[in-house]
Amino acid sequence: MTQVLEEKTIEQRLADEKVAIEVEKLNLFYGQKQALYDIDMTIPEKKVTAFIGPSGCGKSTLLRCFNRMNDLVDIAQVSGDIKIHGSNINQPSVDVAELRRNVGMVFQKPNPFPKSIYENIAYGLRLQGINKRRVLDEVVEWALKGAALWDEVKDRLHENALGLSGGQQQRLCIARAIAVQPEVLLLDEPASALDPISTLKIEELIHELKNDYTIVIVTHNMQQAARVSDYTAFMYMGDMVEFDQTDTIFTNPTQKKTEDYITGRYG
Amino acid sequence: MDTENLGQHISKQFNQDLENIREEVLAMGGLVEEQLTKALEALNLHDVDLAKEVIANDDRVNDFEINIDEACVKILAKRQPAASDLRLVSTVLKTITDLERVGDEAEKIARMAVDISETTEKSPLNGKLHYGALQHLGSLVKNMLHEALDSFARMDTESAVKVAKKDKKADEEYDAISRQLMTYMMEEPRSISQVLDFLWAARALERIGDHAHNICEYIVYLVQGQDVRHLTWDEIHRLVKKRN
Repeated sequence: MTQVLEEKTIEQRLADEKVAIEVEKLNLFYGQKQALYDIDMTIPEKKVTAFIGPSGCGKSTLLRCFNRMNDLVDIAQVSGDIKIHGSNINQPSVDVAELRRNVGMVFQKPNPFPKSIYENIAYGLRLQGINKRRVLDEVVEWALKGAALWDEVKDRLHENALGLSGGQQQRLCIARAIAVQPEVLLLDEPASALDPISTLKIEELIHELKNDYTIVIVTHNMQQAARVSDYTAFMYMGDMVEFDQTDTIFTNPTQKKTEDYITGRYG
Repeated sequence: MDTENLGQHISKQFNQDLENIREEVLAMGGLVEEQLTKALEALNLHDVDLAKEVIANDDRVNDFEINIDEACVKILAKRQPAASDLRLVSTVLKTITDLERVGDEAEKIARMAVDISETTEKSPLNGKLHYGALQHLGSLVKNMLHEALDSFARMDTESAVKVAKKDKKADEEYDAISRQLMTYMMEEPRSISQVLDFLWAARALERIGDHAHNICEYIVYLVQGQDVRHLTWDEIHRLVKKRN
């Protein structure tokens, strides 16, 4: 019997993976307007999962649910469960600061603090009460190496981070996020403001980081989703239309809406 | 995927690019079919001029292959097609390779036609060799090729599966012809050279059947996204039926 006859379904594949995030019946309203409808999904551990879909489909909103960034939006109301490694983060008792340490986030525009490169990375550790110079030095070097930036900045660690190029600033933000050793990294269009070479460096970095972290990435660039992710979710108007292995989504999607979107047809 | 689906991209130029390669494949297929028909006729009628025309026209088939190949590579580079578009480009790339080989087989038959017509008079087997079985195999594979191209044009998996089934019949006919020709060779060793020409022609026809079969497998991949190469006919049939 050959491969094609025994192709696994997405459910069977996910059953073989360790689970990082489980979403159940997640609904989100901005005031009267519903932005997410009954989202159910499982995000596997130490894999890259990409969210794709047209603007306003809810992919960034869903991403922001994973570290409760939507708490900062007054009119946002969330219902349903999100379990990260088994614990429901939507419980009122959850320490949101601790959650965000555990679930790091990098945004579309690089947003380093107006401090030195070194202090950008040490900041999170200092907040945790770690001030020993030797420990900080080690973590700064480790995080910058992890973000593939060390060689470019090792001689100017105490210069202002705003002097770095856009691509370097974004890698600094990734270094800052991994310095506190989160389990999950959320990337919200991390390369959309960068040139093609910096984009490739970020993509290469994502590939390396997935050995240690669960990565969820939102991207408008479908080729990027195809290149960097293991699993892809296609969202449309607040619905999770299709979630499958990236290879399947980009060669043979099941849903017509997914096919129309990724091939650039009228939806 | 269906044929109407091709023309719905937001980019009209992309619609045009995909439609162009599809049309070019059908044009190439038409030429290859014509080459095969003429080669068989040349063999049957000992028409050396017609055979030489087929040999000369093989360059046109090769040009088609190169041009379509280039158009596909441009689409890959410029458009980065996905899903059914990607499957179309990949199917076209494979189909034209098979069609080019069919063209080569037709040319081979034409060369045999030239050889056979030059040696027939002197052959000890003159009058004994029957063209009937060879022509029967020829019309079977010609029909397979025609229907495979028709299935491609309509993106019709069910008819593709039917064509694929005929390949077994072509193989059986080829086996029967080679057994018969072996008997001739044993009976009349001086005829070996001419009988071998016949055998090569029969072999070329059998290979054309295989290429038509391959094209049908690509069509299933194009339409359904399932790679059915190296499966048995029953397995392919089951997969196509399940999907439809």
